[in-house]
Amino acid sequence: MNTIKIMGTDDTPTVILDAENEIFEISGRSLPEDVTAFYEPIIRWLDEYASSPNPKTVFTFKLVYFNTASSKLLLDILMKLEQMHEDGKEMLVRWYYPEDDEDMQEAGEEYADIVDVPFEQVSYTLS
Amino acid sequence: MDKKNVRGFLEFVYDFYKSMKAHEITLVYEGEITHQITKAFTSLTESNMAKEEESNSVQKKVFHVMVECLQNISKHADSFGSDDFLFAGRGIFMVSKGDVEYHVTTGNVIENNKIEELTRILDHINVLDKEGLKQLYKTQMREGRLSEKGGAGLGFIDIARKTGRRLEYHFLTIDEETSFFILTSTISRTE
Repeated sequence: MNTIKIMGTDDTPTVILDAENEIFEISGRSLPEDVTAFYEPIIRWLDEYASSPNPKTVFTFKLVYFNTASSKLLLDILMKLEQMHEDGKEMLVRWYYPEDDEDMQEAGEEYADIVDVPFEQVSYTLS
Repeated sequence: MDKKNVRGFLEFVYDFYKSMKAHEITLVYEGEITHQITKAFTSLTESNMAKEEESNSVQKKVFHVMVECLQNISKHADSFGSDDFLFAGRGIFMVSKGDVEYHVTTGNVIENNKIEELTRILDHINVLDKEGLKQLYKTQMREGRLSEKGGAGLGFIDIARKTGRRLEYHFLTIDEETSFFILTSTISRTE
């Protein structure tokens, strides 16, 4: 299966989707000019991955900022993970937030409420 | 310009300058709101706030509110007048900074037939408390569809949540077809 490797910019996140090396990560800032166009290949990749996922998937979100339009697409990604979880695959979402960022922590809690998938909150110190 | 006009123009510039100072406006823009403009304004304001050692939480709030306000204009400002005089995606955008708070103000033209719906949305947000806003955001994220322009119907809710205040808005009637919609968001510097 293909891997996706998108280097982040000041308005788009770093995205690594690499099934072979078991890296699933979205990090950085997300306010793309066209959110749908940016996330479309990611959603499509997950659809393909869902047909034969690894026995265990740990998906990392380590965002410092995302706009409201992105928040909807992040939910779409989480719902793909939820679907795989429902299909009996082991899933874990690791939601990283800067330790002083209550809003990012709360955003993680809200997603955890909405989707039925194991969720782990991890705080870290911004260097 | 003849002499009289030059004098008038110079006075206008100076008055404009004084008026900006009096209202503590640090950024003002009129025109089309593009993605590049959004990036430029947010990074300018970010670096100004960092220089002034504004707290992280205030910086983040201002950033959030600016992005959502700018995107509201770019996605929702209506065109009016003849086809060669389009105002779609245009508006005025201002940031002002006082001793205790920041204000982010947007103004744009909207069609009068949209006022009722917009008022309903804004008033609904304004009666909700913190928990109510959170629930509404979650519902809208789950059930709302992204519009063609990429709007998710979440911007106003996010502004209300980030500022912790009611959305302050007004409509000024322009003519039978259109009005000017003004939204002012206030971010406290002391929280």
